[in-house]
Amino acid sequence: MCVAIPALIRSIDNDVAQVEIGGITQQANLQLCPQAKIGDYVIVHTGYAINILDQEEAKETLELFESIARVAAEEEN
Amino acid sequence: MKYASEFRQGRLASGLIEKIKRSSRTPVNFMEFCGSHTVSIFRYGIRQVLPETVTTLSGPGCPICVTANADLDRAIALAQIPNVIVASFGDVLRVPGSFTSLQAVRAEGADVRVIYSAMDAIKIAEDNPNKQVILLGIGFETTTPTIAASIVQAKQENLDNFSVLSWHKLTPPAMKALLDAGDVALDGLICPGHVSIITGSQAWEFIARDYGIPCVVAGFEPLDILQCIDMLVTQAENGEAKVEIAYTRGVQHEGNTVAQRLMSQVFEPCPAQWRGMGTIPDSGLKLREEFSSFDAERVFDIDPGPTREPKGCICGEVLRGVKTPIDCPLFGRTCTPESPVGACMVSSEGSCFTYHLYGGKNA
Repeated sequence: MCVAIPALIRSIDNDVAQVEIGGITQQANLQLCPQAKIGDYVIVHTGYAINILDQEEAKETLELFESIARVAAEEEN
Repeated sequence: MKYASEFRQGRLASGLIEKIKRSSRTPVNFMEFCGSHTVSIFRYGIRQVLPETVTTLSGPGCPICVTANADLDRAIALAQIPNVIVASFGDVLRVPGSFTSLQAVRAEGADVRVIYSAMDAIKIAEDNPNKQVILLGIGFETTTPTIAASIVQAKQENLDNFSVLSWHKLTPPAMKALLDAGDVALDGLICPGHVSIITGSQAWEFIARDYGIPCVVAGFEPLDILQCIDMLVTQAENGEAKVEIAYTRGVQHEGNTVAQRLMSQVFEPCPAQWRGMGTIPDSGLKLREEFSSFDAERVFDIDPGPTREPKGCICGEVLRGVKTPIDCPLFGRTCTPESPVGACMVSSEGSCFTYHLYGGKNA
């Protein structure tokens, strides 16, 4: 029920954005996420954007995973 | 960055699994509150790659599963009133109430429509001015603000044929009730990621503080869950109990304050009945007085009569984490996704459905 998926905002008209999800264009209501702008990835739940995904945080998390993988590989050898 | 495939890389998963294996010494029991987490854990085979010391347990975080028969019966009764359209998210239709389901009464002629969004229900009301449209307001904090938004919109548009039957529930009081009942011992909580987008990670602080249980908010990709388990193992091994976020790209400490304000503008807490957990104080949400003309409970006077529970079904114990679906004598025999007896076998994120889909008795 709480399924929500990342979507890229392509255009905005008042409260409604055209968003792209896996190559498909859908509408997402921005009332709960009024600060979202074109080019942001938002997380969409039942047709409403509920937050903007933070690209910096995502990159940092992936870098952390890379360093954990490196340590694991080193300890393996 | 697509925020999907990056968080499914096998090479990075191996690193996290290795780290968990190296740091986990003491046996621990972690609960994933959220049904969508249960689905991810099974879909990506996470249980199979964890060390024997780490056990994961499904919790009550499936709104459809925890909806009580009394509520389902009320919706079914409403759907049978002439000139009423019931608008519902899909899975609800198949859930058996005491005697029948929305799907069954629809087959007999009731106008029950499946919606994807609360906005669809508004559209149905606008298109059918001579009918009463009742939206089944189901869901946790993730969904409630979207229903609140539709109610505010209906008020602004003076829509007089739209109302909401609120089954909305709050997750922290349920977690508190589950811990207070004391029949399941937890060493860590995998906190729901999308609920926490709205509530913020702050919602779980009382669990770390008052119950001494480590809490980590997780996303739904396999690397998110592995990271969460790694953080929980680290806290447990260090004897710590704090709230951390393993989903920092989506969740902040304070949550979505716009959504929180909208939710409290429209709804106020009330007691709510949970399947398997009884009535939990302040765990439900009802419409505030100023929105009473949109409250289906007040617009329609309905009494569906006494309820009945399916014989032999242990959904309640499964929802509390006391038993697993394979402990149920009905599982895979008389209760299957095609012909479900209990709610947990209906919802695509119900524990029984997930066990059945991904492993049956071997899960």
